[in-house]
Amino acid sequence: MFRVTDKPLVLQELIEFVTDPEAGAITTFIGTTRNNNDGRKVIALDYEAYPEMAEKELVRLGEEAKKKWPICRMAIVHRIGPVQITEPSVMIAVSAGHREAAFAACRFAIEEIKRIVPIWKKEVYEGGEIWIGTQSGQPLPGR
Amino acid sequence: MKVKVKFFAILRERAGAAEATKEINEGSTVADLWKILQRDYPKLDVPGIRLLYAVNQEYVTTDHVLKDSDEVVFIPPVSGG
Repeated sequence: MFRVTDKPLVLQELIEFVTDPEAGAITTFIGTTRNNNDGRKVIALDYEAYPEMAEKELVRLGEEAKKKWPICRMAIVHRIGPVQITEPSVMIAVSAGHREAAFAACRFAIEEIKRIVPIWKKEVYEGGEIWIGTQSGQPLPGR
Repeated sequence: MKVKVKFFAILRERAGAAEATKEINEGSTVADLWKILQRDYPKLDVPGIRLLYAVNQEYVTTDHVLKDSDEVVFIPPVSGG
């Protein structure tokens, strides 16, 4: 299960997807939206994806994880569109025979998402907005 | 020949469009297309931005030669998670 969605994320769906009789461990990661960044008070986040390519890249990183560690199954779902503070923006679940592989592959997945998967986060904060990573924001009208 | 360009995130806002179709010469590269786009959309040039390039949803380098009806995306720094 590798997809982007504009619906709220449900961890139980990922856990059910990776459940496997050969697994002795399931690790999960939930990325949530924080109310502050670099000293800015964040009001809301808005995610955008190149959906077809993002899903391809998620599949690719899942295949790469399977080559690196003996895991059973992996699920990644990333939310796009507006995400309120405290809500999850990404969920990952990995099942494996043993916990070491499950932890390592889960960590690898979130690091790869942040490094290479074409998804972007716009932060709306008090006094402006910014596409994270571009250092270039536009002040909000009237501020 | 024609290629389809999609804009995302800061580049979509700068271009004022999500998509464009461009007529380019045979043998044009990703870098050549970027020059044309910068001419057509002057605000696309974000100072100091590090772009990646994708053709038909696969990462490529700037010297990649384009083919008719390719889908080309200039990818600003990703920030998912």
